[in-house]
Amino acid sequence: MTVVDLQQAPATQLHSGQRIVNDFSFVVATTNGTGSQTSNNTLLRALFKMGVPATGKNLFPSNIYGLPTWFYIRVNKDNYRAHRSQAEVLVTYNFDTFAEDLAALPPGGVCIYPMDAPTGKKKWNVVTPSRDDIYYYRIPVDELTATMNPDQALKEYIANMVYVGAVAYLFNIDMGEIERALSYHFSGKAKPIAMNFGLVKLAYDWAKDNLQKIDPYWCEAMPDATFTKDKIMIEGNAAAALGAVFGGVQFVAWYPITPSSSVAENLQSYLADYRHDAEGRATYAIVQAEDELAAIGMIVGAGWAGARSMTATSGPGISLMAEFTGLAYFAEVPAVIWDIQRMGPSTGLPTRTSQGDIIFTHFLGHGDTRQVVLLPANMEECFRYGWEAFDFAERLQTPVFVLSDLDLGMNQHVSSKFEYPERPMDRGKVLTAEDLQKLGGQWARYKDVDGDGITYRTLPGTDHPNAAYFTRGTGHNENAGYSEKVEDWHNNLKRLARKMNTARELLPQPVIQRNKGAKIAIVSYGSNDYAIKEAMDYLKARHDISVDYLRILALPLSPKVGEFINGYDRVYVVENNEEGQMAQILRIDFPQKAPNLVSVARCNGMPLDAEWIMNQVLERK
Amino acid sequence: MGRTKTNELGLLAADYNGKPSTLCPGCGHNSISNQIQQAAFEHSLDQHFVVKMSGIGCSSKTPAYFMGRSHAFNTIHGRMPSVTTGVMLANHQLKAIGVSGDGDTGNIGFSQFKHLVRRNVPMVYIIENNGVYGLTKGQFSATADYGQKTKYAGKNELPAIDLCAEALLADCSFVARSFSGDAKQIRSLLRAAFSHRGTAVIDIISPCVTFNDAADSTKSYFWGKEHREILNEVGFVRGQDDIAVDYEEGKSQDVQLHDGSWVRLKKLDESHDPTDRTSAFRVLEQARKEQVIITGLIYIDQERSTIVENARITDTPLVNLPEDQLRPSKATLDQALSELFG
Repeated sequence: MTVVDLQQAPATQLHSGQRIVNDFSFVVATTNGTGSQTSNNTLLRALFKMGVPATGKNLFPSNIYGLPTWFYIRVNKDNYRAHRSQAEVLVTYNFDTFAEDLAALPPGGVCIYPMDAPTGKKKWNVVTPSRDDIYYYRIPVDELTATMNPDQALKEYIANMVYVGAVAYLFNIDMGEIERALSYHFSGKAKPIAMNFGLVKLAYDWAKDNLQKIDPYWCEAMPDATFTKDKIMIEGNAAAALGAVFGGVQFVAWYPITPSSSVAENLQSYLADYRHDAEGRATYAIVQAEDELAAIGMIVGAGWAGARSMTATSGPGISLMAEFTGLAYFAEVPAVIWDIQRMGPSTGLPTRTSQGDIIFTHFLGHGDTRQVVLLPANMEECFRYGWEAFDFAERLQTPVFVLSDLDLGMNQHVSSKFEYPERPMDRGKVLTAEDLQKLGGQWARYKDVDGDGITYRTLPGTDHPNAAYFTRGTGHNENAGYSEKVEDWHNNLKRLARKMNTARELLPQPVIQRNKGAKIAIVSYGSNDYAIKEAMDYLKARHDISVDYLRILALPLSPKVGEFINGYDRVYVVENNEEGQMAQILRIDFPQKAPNLVSVARCNGMPLDAEWIMNQVLERK
Repeated sequence: MGRTKTNELGLLAADYNGKPSTLCPGCGHNSISNQIQQAAFEHSLDQHFVVKMSGIGCSSKTPAYFMGRSHAFNTIHGRMPSVTTGVMLANHQLKAIGVSGDGDTGNIGFSQFKHLVRRNVPMVYIIENNGVYGLTKGQFSATADYGQKTKYAGKNELPAIDLCAEALLADCSFVARSFSGDAKQIRSLLRAAFSHRGTAVIDIISPCVTFNDAADSTKSYFWGKEHREILNEVGFVRGQDDIAVDYEEGKSQDVQLHDGSWVRLKKLDESHDPTDRTSAFRVLEQARKEQVIITGLIYIDQERSTIVENARITDTPLVNLPEDQLRPSKATLDQALSELFG
């Protein structure tokens, strides 16, 4: 076996000998369906347990087997958790993308690749890498895998453990933590743990005996664990589902669509675990519908009947739900819709992230419609809106959209432990039979008694002769009767506008961060938060520019957003879509500030990164 | 029957009234509305637990015209099935009466109809079938006869969809057909349907007096009166009633419904057993070939479990569960968090 790759350049030519510790990124290039996700999450979890802030981003194809997939692991001692487009260390098993992956490395980067005999088109043994400014390590993947004598069916899957072992040796990742991560992944099952960790160990030992560490990149445990102590790792879709369980969700209907399916799948398993009565009966119902039309129809029906109801979908599903959410808006039926955003238009890129549904969902429905939108930025907020969205939907008697995205939803994120809901459920304005008795049976479904635009409803099954009303999407008067009268129509739309104004104050208020001497500001929302905070640090440290920052948590916009943007001559509205959708909504709601808004928008399937945001601010002064 | 007669709930027939109809005079739908409220009265349905569901179209407007003390949801075109599915899982104590049309069910809502039936959602699903779109003024629906002509839409070049056959194919547990002019039969079928635990589909040929009443349409009054073949007469006997129904020894078949009541089928066609799915397909196909409307109970299956039963939910309807049964404890959250990687 080779001791050191012959193509490897002498270490001194490429770097000063200075170590770069806990501040670089790996990219692992494989093909999908080969099971590399287990290996990648194992590395991520081991780093987390070493106290090292590490963030994983899975760039996977919309495909089941055989297309290229990349997994980025950013290691950062300062806890910057945004995506970085530049990785320094390439680990590749994918022959097809080898040339482009290699070309993407910076000078002095690292490339780890197999040295095995050719299989099919793959001729790793004769490949001659094109660059001489890269540190190469070659590993005998097939040979080491064969030593474990795995089932033929598992061979490709387990082979990924070889790079885990090699990376652990080369970059100093704790083997004990790797074993613990595998034990977590395989739920403590001895056989797969032994098989997988056995191969990791074999590869580690092989690397130790045969490879000479020549590159400058190192991971080092951070014993203080400032950024990882008492934290958990979770995906946004799981956090959302767990939140909904604690929000008392009673009814779920869904139709499978990437990247939202795991919201429903997590709901299914959490509900099965935690939501039964003493006799083991379910305190919820969940239906996989025939399409998104039916999924939204079912939750509108259940919401109308008085159940806390939700669905989860993505762009194309939202398109199909437009008619029903228009009905629910106008007939005033609560419902919660999670949109895990992916790239559009049309089918777009189902496995790439975006914030492209902001305008569409906020105005979803024909005619004059304004929908409530919540914008989680992290795992804590995914959990929180998981339960709180029901309170808002029932209080406002309207659909509530929660706009997560693929980046939040399907990647593992480090998070604080979730807080238990701090207040009882808000079931909104519902009149019971006793209430109706007290009112002498006098009530009107769409009469604004309290002046907040929110009216009282009764639920089917309310035992009072005057409880019933006729719910319709057609024009109606205060008594829910069909009406074509101009004044009835007008009064109703004016009241709905009043209700949306109530929502502006009721919904989560923006998070504002002010910095001394700031003359410009950034406005953004959702998963861009990590990249923005990092960009703000860079702007200060490298260019001495202070920036204030407002993060929008909900639509319709809070008046506080208007007050904030009034304070600056230039406000950069940063978002992950092509058209600057939030900037447009700001221009609609605060037209007097329109000239001062600078839309910083980009959509290429990747989460935004700090360098790009910083450069945009610098270039567009 | 006198106007002062009360039912088991002490209510008068008039207590089941709705608002005045705004449909065309003589519309078959009005007669169906009348029979729904009459059957509900006779059956002593508690209106507070009834939900009237509909989609869009002339038929879907009718829930306003009967049972004014029941909640109603006039949803969107073709989507009554999904909404009702959600309603019934949220509160399985409710009794859903859905009214749809041939366009609402056979065209835009065809998929939802099939999936509702397949799930056996507890509801009475009435189709007021006239083969045309009335509210948009006379276009053909999917149940229009092949080769049929109307003044506005011209000639229909497509074969008709038979909604009873489609229901049957999707394993519907109660399939019936009637004619809007046959008040007695509709009432009997409705009462049987009220007692059925799963989806009860009643396809009622209800001629459109304005847009489809040509003599050559199977959905016209002329055709209906001339070409109707009564499959079986349904007399409804409730468990606690002792109403005798007229049936001839050796020519009837009793079917016990889930709630203990019975439907009695007076079989005019001895060869059809409504618990026999194959026979049900055969009579529908025969009727299609002979261009007759068979009426009566075509198929019934009392064994099929409903979506509510399959969901294994609490006996208390989900909507009535208190907060402490819906929101697990803080200890449970701590438990869930401890199981995450961390």
